[in-house]
Amino acid sequence: MYNILLAGFGGQGILFAGKQLANAGMKAGKEVSWLPSYGPEMRGGTANCSVIIDEQPIGSPLVTTPRVLLAMNLPSFKKFENKVLPGGIIICDSSLIPAKTARTDVSAYYIPATVMASEHGIEGMANVIMLGHFLKVCHLFAYDYFEQAMISSIPPKREKLIEVNKKALSLGYHYAE
Amino acid sequence: MAKVLMKGNEVVAEAAIRSGCRLFFGYPITPQTEISETLAKRMPQVDGLCLQAESEVAAINMVLGASAAGARVLTSSSSPGISLKSEGISYMVGSDLPCVIVNVQRGGPGLGGIQPSQADYYQATKALGHGDMHLIVLAPASIQEVADLTMEAFDLADIYRMPVMILADGALGQMMEPVNFESRPSRQIPEKTWAAGGHGDKRKNNIINSLYIQPDELENMVVERFKRYAEIAEKEVKHEEYLTDDADIVLVSYGITARISKSAVNMARANGIKVGLFRPITLWPFPSKAIHAIGKKTKAILTVELNMGQMVSDVKLAVENACPVEFYGRTGGMLPSVEEVYKKIATMAAELK
Amino acid sequence: MVVFDKPKALADAPFHYCPGCTHGIVHRLVAESIDELGCEGRTVGVAPVGCSVFAYNYFNCDMIQAPHGRAPAVATGVKRAKPENMVFTYQGDGDLAAIGTAETVHVGARGENITIIFINNAIYGMTGGQMAPTTLPGQVSTTSPYGRNIKIQGHPIRICEMLSTLDGTAYAERVSVDSFKNIKKAKSAIKKAFEIQQAGLGFSIVEVLSTCPTNWGKTPTEALEWLRTDMIPYYPLGVYKDITAKGENRHV
Repeated sequence: MYNILLAGFGGQGILFAGKQLANAGMKAGKEVSWLPSYGPEMRGGTANCSVIIDEQPIGSPLVTTPRVLLAMNLPSFKKFENKVLPGGIIICDSSLIPAKTARTDVSAYYIPATVMASEHGIEGMANVIMLGHFLKVCHLFAYDYFEQAMISSIPPKREKLIEVNKKALSLGYHYAE
Repeated sequence: MAKVLMKGNEVVAEAAIRSGCRLFFGYPITPQTEISETLAKRMPQVDGLCLQAESEVAAINMVLGASAAGARVLTSSSSPGISLKSEGISYMVGSDLPCVIVNVQRGGPGLGGIQPSQADYYQATKALGHGDMHLIVLAPASIQEVADLTMEAFDLADIYRMPVMILADGALGQMMEPVNFESRPSRQIPEKTWAAGGHGDKRKNNIINSLYIQPDELENMVVERFKRYAEIAEKEVKHEEYLTDDADIVLVSYGITARISKSAVNMARANGIKVGLFRPITLWPFPSKAIHAIGKKTKAILTVELNMGQMVSDVKLAVENACPVEFYGRTGGMLPSVEEVYKKIATMAAELK
Repeated sequence: MVVFDKPKALADAPFHYCPGCTHGIVHRLVAESIDELGCEGRTVGVAPVGCSVFAYNYFNCDMIQAPHGRAPAVATGVKRAKPENMVFTYQGDGDLAAIGTAETVHVGARGENITIIFINNAIYGMTGGQMAPTTLPGQVSTTSPYGRNIKIQGHPIRICEMLSTLDGTAYAERVSVDSFKNIKKAKSAIKKAFEIQQAGLGFSIVEVLSTCPTNWGKTPTEALEWLRTDMIPYYPLGVYKDITAKGENRHV
């Protein structure tokens, strides 16, 4: 079972990134659930979502002790760092998180996703860069499979988003610390 | 049809359309607003109408009018809005009018909060309006079940001529899971010969009314309605059991909480504690007989809810002291973790030894 | 030869109204209009809570009894479900102008294609003579025993004037049933409101100034006189809005 927690500020595309994982899981024939935090804030504030991808029917959809944490801001990193299961994975957007985990029982990866997005002229795509790096370190989905699943969820009228998503995914996947 | 990943709120909307519902009246309130947003998009595509009313009070009365005219009709809200609708709901019950009402519960009382809650259990099952009355109350626990039960709700409403409530919560409204809308066996729906949509000079006029000024007449009406309730209690009770056969402790919970309880059951089983889960799907009528049978064969029952203990009183009534009934709950919008529920199970298991 | 008969749309049931009450007259005018338009088979009436709560027993068209104040919302539901229907509500002043003000204003704002027959008799009848939103300043009622004091109980509401400001209101007229002449005018107003609905032009309302001899503590004749001397000056009769009229009469 993969239980994944994605957390950051509202507006970073946290919920979208989680949805891409759930969608890819569903298309691969797995049981999936996606549960967002929700609140009165539309922008800013904190946002997180629980994604579970499992072979078995899913019980609680709420991820409190994630196997994988994707953190995109410092408050989320601090809040959830110690909740990650031993042997689990933490992926941080190091452009926004000026800290490293002290834990030695998890694998931690640091990728400056927000800065990379900005440098490559794809502002707002840090979430997909994070997903690309997730694919690299988690081996949950094959790269080509995930890319295809993600592209097929983009509606035809937003066709121009296909290339930027591909680019972001690739940047994240090929990033080496 | 392939499965699609959808939010519970969106699924309510889509299931309503697939049930032939072409009218929705509502008022925005978190965490259910996606129902009306989805229908605002979808209804015009199927020659239907999604109308934003000036209040929940107006919305439920538009539902009353549309239902009286013979239409399949939906409204949805969240806890504070359901309180406002309760007047109209009582009138609809008193007028024997069908409709589907969705309550995506949030924390209360008052404005409360906006996070998931099950604190409206008493309201839904005991007092959703003034007078001697009931609604059929259905409690989905997955997004697929949100689809299935919404479609079922329209049939039940028309068959028994009464409002049916889908009692969900903020988590079910907001979460996404794969769902398919494959056709389910459709039920025989009686013709609405009672509807007041114009007699067309072909019949005597129909009157939709809940006023019976003579007490004996009113008593007769209510007694007749309760005969229908008895029939529903006989035919329509639904529940699901998971690993209850050899269980020393059986958890009773519904909706999103049943999901958490199921994970806790799995965790307990992995730790050698024989635990099962009983999940009521109809909250009214309540699966009392089945719970009574469980009470006789298990050592203890634990009711888990997102409130301070509401359904637990129905469980106790059903168990009739055959075994101890304990309660664990969080309220105000807090969801218990699986570990929390497991700890309570482990404590109970230790006490049983 | 029959020269005066019960309208077809009026049921063969004795009215429960008090002697001298004008509800019976207005019921008849509504039924005559339905007969003349030949629309009984597709007409749905919505009864309020108040003295006319039993209106569902008095008309031969399909009828719905609504919760207090909610008749406009109920009528909206009927009309949206079956737009081909002729839908009217029949409401008193407490029902329409107090507890149901929001529903009333919003059918106007939406231009809901329904007709409201509004009975304004400046008092709560069914509950026994309490102050209404339309009770006149100084008027005695059981809950304004010293006369309505506007400093304490506020001012009466002039519904036609208020609703005529809304873009969705197609027709608003205030009439009275205190004399033959006025009854004839009331009849043409009600029929016109129905015709406006039939043409799909939007929301129509006819406010009928009416008497309540019982709760006013007057004889029927005194009551009619009080309506003329006290009510009409505060609630002037006339067309407040008519989008079918030409030029300045469009919005009086």
